Amino acid sequence: MNTKAERRQLQIHVLRYNPQDPDSPPRMQTYEIEEADNMTLFMVLTDIGEHQDASLQFDFVCRAGICGSCSMLINGRPGLACRTLTKNLGEKITLAPLPTFELIADLSVNTGKWMRAMSERLETWCHNGDVVDLNKLEPRMEPELAEQIYELERCIECGCCIAACGTAQMKEKFTGAVGLNKIARFRLDPRDHRSDADYYEFIGDDDGIFGCMSLLGCNDLCPKDLPLQTQIAFLRRKMLLTGLKGNSSG
Amino acid sequence: MKIVYTDVLVIGGGLAGLRAAIAAKRRGHDVHILSLVPPKRSHSVAAQGGMQASIANSIKAAGDNEDLHFHDTVRGSDWGADQNVVRMFVNTSPKAVRQLAAWGVPWNRVRKGEREVFIGGKSAMLTESEAAHGLITVRDFGGTQKWRTCFVSDGTGHSMLYTVSDQVIANSIPVTERVEAMSLIHDGQRCYGAIVRNLVTGELSAWVARATCMATGGFGRIYRVSTNAVINQGMGAAIALETGVATLANMEAIQFHPTAIFPAGILVTEGCRGDGGLLLDAQRHRFMPDYEAEKKELASRDVVSRRMEQHIASGAGVNTRYGDHLWLDITMLGEAHIDKNLREVREICQYFLGIDPVSDLIPVRPAQHYSMGGIRTRPSGESTNLKGLFACGEASCWDMHGFNRLGGNSVAETVVAGMIVGEYIADFCQGTDSDIDISTAQIADFMKREQQAIDSLLASQGTESAPDIMREMQTLMTDQVGIFRSHEQLQEAVEQLQLLRERSKDIGLSYKSPAVNPELVTAYRVPRMLKLALCVAYGALQRTESRGAHYREDYPKRNDRDWLRRTLATWPSSEQSLPNLAYEELDVMSMELPPGWRGYGEKDFIEHPHAASRLAEIERIKQNMPDADRHEIQSALMTYEELLPARYRGRNQRLRDVSE
Repeated sequence: MNTKAERRQLQIHVLRYNPQDPDSPPRMQTYEIEEADNMTLFMVLTDIGEHQDASLQFDFVCRAGICGSCSMLINGRPGLACRTLTKNLGEKITLAPLPTFELIADLSVNTGKWMRAMSERLETWCHNGDVVDLNKLEPRMEPELAEQIYELERCIECGCCIAACGTAQMKEKFTGAVGLNKIARFRLDPRDHRSDADYYEFIGDDDGIFGCMSLLGCNDLCPKDLPLQTQIAFLRRKMLLTGLKGNSSG
Repeated sequence: MKIVYTDVLVIGGGLAGLRAAIAAKRRGHDVHILSLVPPKRSHSVAAQGGMQASIANSIKAAGDNEDLHFHDTVRGSDWGADQNVVRMFVNTSPKAVRQLAAWGVPWNRVRKGEREVFIGGKSAMLTESEAAHGLITVRDFGGTQKWRTCFVSDGTGHSMLYTVSDQVIANSIPVTERVEAMSLIHDGQRCYGAIVRNLVTGELSAWVARATCMATGGFGRIYRVSTNAVINQGMGAAIALETGVATLANMEAIQFHPTAIFPAGILVTEGCRGDGGLLLDAQRHRFMPDYEAEKKELASRDVVSRRMEQHIASGAGVNTRYGDHLWLDITMLGEAHIDKNLREVREICQYFLGIDPVSDLIPVRPAQHYSMGGIRTRPSGESTNLKGLFACGEASCWDMHGFNRLGGNSVAETVVAGMIVGEYIADFCQGTDSDIDISTAQIADFMKREQQAIDSLLASQGTESAPDIMREMQTLMTDQVGIFRSHEQLQEAVEQLQLLRERSKDIGLSYKSPAVNPELVTAYRVPRMLKLALCVAYGALQRTESRGAHYREDYPKRNDRDWLRRTLATWPSSEQSLPNLAYEELDVMSMELPPGWRGYGEKDFIEHPHAASRLAEIERIKQNMPDADRHEIQSALMTYEELLPARYRGRNQRLRDVSE
């Protein structure tokens, strides 16, 4: 462990702008802080907020990498601040809010609003009429299938894939990897009775699967390592087939 | 003045609130949810290991049923729980699991044939039946007679929260995010909603409702070392307390989870031990069997946490510059199992500790984890003192956990209580009792009071720093009101908290914006958190016995003779420096399971004078019905069914019922 003398002085450059405050123009502001052992950006920002600048805005909830609240641009790359250790970064660290989402202030963005709109648009729930007798034995499912569904359900809606997406920067309504992954998840689930033709209605256009330019920033930067590249490629093939079928029969 | 009218106002967007909202909405009521954060970011998401329900599909759950779940939960509670509520809960929990399955939760399933498991660190082979293949499986958790914890890898809370949150969207229930309830609108008898602050714009509005449901979670952040999310500051319980009417119960009953990673305090699931992981000391010695011959690492959480601290105090911990810790060893489980069933644990270890639990030991030490206490309610979820105010989940003291809750019973409580309380809210809204007869002038008074409080904080020339007071409170609670408690420490804590409360009246702000302003938020929350902390510390000081998670070194025995009672705290006037405490007796003569030894932990306790006669009476009742089945015997001992909404009274089918 470092002794006090050896500890680094970190320079934290933050892109600041609070639309609620007329005295807060967009600007870069620098804070200095002494590094501590196993210091995370959660610890850094909390310390700055409590001791240097009470006006600095940021979002943390679980501080354990599972709730998806604290995504931001860390040295230009989207990531979860709470589980980013400063020892893996240089002495100069630049923080900025996630692009694409509505800015609340400084490092805080409104991912919640974006995600709810996406869920409403894609209807991200099992469509099955919900007529089960709760007293009766549950319907069976293959253990492997349950595991495969969970594999895709691990998305934490942090928004990193959207911030890393070229299409999302240009097209406001683009579903993005988060939405496409959800369709892939429900498509896998026999409890959702929607067919490919139904899913095509949700994502069979340029705001959906055909808007993806395959730059795959989403796949590279997903904090949960979701298999976004394979899911998007698979979904694109399925939707293409569905679209062709629809055209030939219609 | 902005006033919003709705039938049901749900405050809190975690599992309990969301599930209650769905219940009320499906009954045709207008429902609106308010949340500090987007609902999918709520702390429910952090429940890793699973949800207890006696569905009994796996070979290791064979023979499990509501009776065993009931007995385990009551023993776990150290007889502090309301046994009627426990019965309501255990009968509904399998239904909740099955409903969540229908809604899309990908519960892990039974795979037929042989599989290797680890029990107490040793390999064993299990053979699952063909008949059970594809049904929902379970893992082992502490304090249970059978394997009973349904799970989705170690992201159970995540899957449940996402599924239920998406059901809220499917039911078109609006959620207003980034708002905070500042006070309840009430007239001393009836609650009419809340004054709400928009955390982005700072704007206040009044939300007026027939029924108000508090589902704001726990208050772990009054402690410095806690597994809780940073938003778990207990504001729902605090503003209920500030009505001066609603009561908070058993606030001294605080759970410490055995395995928080050291020193960050982030949780790693009880599933680590349930799946076969062991606790080791500095000498790599497995010490739990020395203390708990029967349940070892899988005694209840209060017992394991206490034994760990006891072992550390004996000098057997690993010394570091941040203090001492012990080791959690899951290396024997192997990479495939860890990747499949404990992957969040692996990620947390990799990111926060830089170690890999496949090959490395995990440094752990107990940390504050759960508040058994909260807003005291009837079995319907309605406040015992304030009509129209309901509470469910961790924010409430419904009271199914008593003085210690079992792992897997809290995430289960969120949905089960949501289902049940949601029905009662719907019933309430259908009656004329819920008519809204408060004038806009009265509402304006509540609004004015909150606006003035904020204005005076912003204008304050005070010299105290809100974050400093917060930190001092948290340190005090962790150091003095922790796992081991004594009169001197608690007395000192109460005095110090009172001083902090005095100082909090002189808080000044360095940033004076009325809109988005975290310092302002801390400034108005700290005095409320101090009230909660005083309820905890003062309640603990007064309770001169040890029960569940409340352990007094100077009164080490459970004392049923004098303390088989629930603590009730009220705070009628903000001028008071301490809460009023009153006590509610638990009636031994109506208990289905009268107090006895839990089967783990300390064997010595002071008996209740009626315990023996109730036990004899139970034996008599049972002997008089030799041909009765377990349901008939249960009803003869304690009637609870009429407390359950009719739709949840049905008997739960199990595999053995089908195959017979």
